[in-house]
Amino acid sequence: MEILKTYKLYIGGQFPRTESGRSYLVSSLAGEPLANACLASRKDIRNAVQVARKAHGAWAAKTAFNRSQIIYRIAEMLEARKGQFIDELSEAGFGMEEANAEILSCIDRCVYYAGWADKFQALISSVNPVASSHFNFSTPEPMGVVGVLACQNTPLIGFISQILPIIIGGNTVVVLANSKMPLSAISFCEVLATSDVPGGVVNVLTGSIDELLPTLASHMDVNALSLATVSNMPKVFEAQELAIENLKRTQLLVHDFKNQDAQGMEFITDFQEIKTTWHPIEQIAGGAGAY
Amino acid sequence: MSTANWDLDPSMESTAIVQLQPKYDLFIGGCWQKPKSGKYFATYNPADESVLSEIAYGNQDDVNLAVEAARKAYNEVWSKMSGAERGKYLFRIARIMQEKSRELAVLETLDGGKPIRESRDIDIPLACNHFFYYAGWADKLAEAFPGQKPTALGVAGQITPWNFPLLMLAWKIAPALACGNTVVLKPAETTSLTALKFAEICEQAQLPAGVVNIVTGHGDTGAALVANQDLDKIAFTGSTAVGKLIHKACIGTSKKLTLELGGKSANIILEDAPIDQAVEGIINAIFFNQGHVCCAGSRLFVQESIASKVIEKLKFRLQSIYVGNPLDKNTDIGAVNSKKQLETIEKYIALGLEEGAEIFQPTCNLPSKGYYCKPTLFTDVAQSARIAQEEIFGPVLTIQTFRTLEEVVQKANNSPYGLAAGVWTVNGARIFGLSQQLKAGVVWANTYNKFDPTSPFGGYKESGFGREGGRHGLSAYLQFKN
Repeated sequence: MEILKTYKLYIGGQFPRTESGRSYLVSSLAGEPLANACLASRKDIRNAVQVARKAHGAWAAKTAFNRSQIIYRIAEMLEARKGQFIDELSEAGFGMEEANAEILSCIDRCVYYAGWADKFQALISSVNPVASSHFNFSTPEPMGVVGVLACQNTPLIGFISQILPIIIGGNTVVVLANSKMPLSAISFCEVLATSDVPGGVVNVLTGSIDELLPTLASHMDVNALSLATVSNMPKVFEAQELAIENLKRTQLLVHDFKNQDAQGMEFITDFQEIKTTWHPIEQIAGGAGAY
Repeated sequence: MSTANWDLDPSMESTAIVQLQPKYDLFIGGCWQKPKSGKYFATYNPADESVLSEIAYGNQDDVNLAVEAARKAYNEVWSKMSGAERGKYLFRIARIMQEKSRELAVLETLDGGKPIRESRDIDIPLACNHFFYYAGWADKLAEAFPGQKPTALGVAGQITPWNFPLLMLAWKIAPALACGNTVVLKPAETTSLTALKFAEICEQAQLPAGVVNIVTGHGDTGAALVANQDLDKIAFTGSTAVGKLIHKACIGTSKKLTLELGGKSANIILEDAPIDQAVEGIINAIFFNQGHVCCAGSRLFVQESIASKVIEKLKFRLQSIYVGNPLDKNTDIGAVNSKKQLETIEKYIALGLEEGAEIFQPTCNLPSKGYYCKPTLFTDVAQSARIAQEEIFGPVLTIQTFRTLEEVVQKANNSPYGLAAGVWTVNGARIFGLSQQLKAGVVWANTYNKFDPTSPFGGYKESGFGREGGRHGLSAYLQFKN
């Protein structure tokens, strides 16, 4: 007899069940029952935000080089287990070719963002030639904890395309997975858990967007939101409005994540703040040109 | 502590250079148009409460006409012009502003109450330089964003505050025009005169009609601008509360938004700081422009071991601060911008006393007419006190102490705001360490309240989003196709 997999949440590097004890049935595109997923609660969101905040400091303090290595490690782990993901997608009703293409683009996207980790800073930083005797420079810094409403049209490529540019820059995320097709995202968390991504950097919840999104969008310890467009746009507008209370930076994504234009440095810099630092320069008499 | 006698002979700036009309209409489509509202309101000199002029009170119809004029200018002229030609107009505007700098400085002081030394040496030169700086970007946008194909957004609605009227106008209009947008600007109701002078400068520069439109009025005029559906961009500098309302009004629209809002910035003095320089830095951080500065260093954190010494020096220094007529070149602190703002500041001072903090104000005479406030220090301030949490926007400093760096980072970041911070220490490694930990868009190390067109400015958290100044400031007025 086949052993069926239990899909749970991913919070703080662990796979807990929802504290609410609820679940919902996930079906294939053809309507065949596939598995039960956790119907996460608002309490799960609050727990995940707390964990993500705690993980943020150490993750942001890692060297960019180290974050690059870790994201590349995700690509290696995904490559090694791509068969599993393709099978999972085909069981969910995707054609083999489509499933294969989706997983290959996921791997490519990991490699792409791994390479960005220690480069975007050089392209968006500046030394500013102020008209006074000061050394003045502007550099990017991660925003902190980012809430993500994952793409609801794709099982994995949207999810990966959204979270990688956010975490590569030192942020941590709390993600609401694709509600109808959450299984690949949870399986992907098994890859994260074995790729040296510290627990708490990526936290993933499954369940009802209508129920969970307002809690995530209004949470006062979330700094920014990445919202993929969904069929229920008033829900997204409601989230944007809730986000105003603490002025979360909000990114609205309308991309088809399978396309090449769904990657780029701007996806990273959308979740970076620019900090400008000033310091006086002492003018040394007779120093100019004296060599 | 001795109380020095600092009575100085007045050294008054003449106002003869300022030519004001008794009444100003709206500047729309390159002409001066009477407001559809039919209404005008008086603008006052806060230093003596005299009326300076009458200003048109624009309503929704006026705003809509201005946006139509800006759209027409965008479609027919400005979007078709090369970047190099746009740049020439901006250079020309910068030069005329420089030529009129004395008149602009005196007018800024008359209308806003800031010391003439500040408008002459800081506001007006920085405003001119901002146009000069962005003029040069107009034909180099592709180089600024390689491979991203930057293009203009279209028509921008811009709302500016009363604390740095012409400088904030420059921060808004110069990058917008350089990037190829046309604008409708609504200046603050208490300080519209330099914006109207700027409209005259645009006329003199023969800027094509409708590229810059100035619609004066109160908050409802600004709300009407935000509500207009033919705008591609809203840029706002002002209070966090109003910023949030504007943000809400933009949801579900295609308007790009940047907000530069309030602050409650921490100024941190470590025990190894050069103390006399730090004391001057503290004074400049909080009393510059009567404390009407969004990034004012309004929360002072002094390391415990030097706290009594620093506070003693601060109190002594306060005795020599000259509060008085803003046109007097001796004046350090001029007039509070409006009666309303003076009432707000006084409300907070009363609140500080209620909250149990200890107050210190120097003994000095304030002019009998006009809106003035003594420089004020509060010690024994709790972290949770409202005077330590809320933006006062006046010459009021709260002083707290700390023992460890970890403690001061926590206290400094314990604010919904994140605009700026100051750090005073001779230890270089510590400057970088603290600067990285402080959640603020600008960190001044061993200096404070420095501004430059090349230097990006803007906040974290509830201090808003987007940057003004520098290459980063261009992004606010561009869209990218890649």
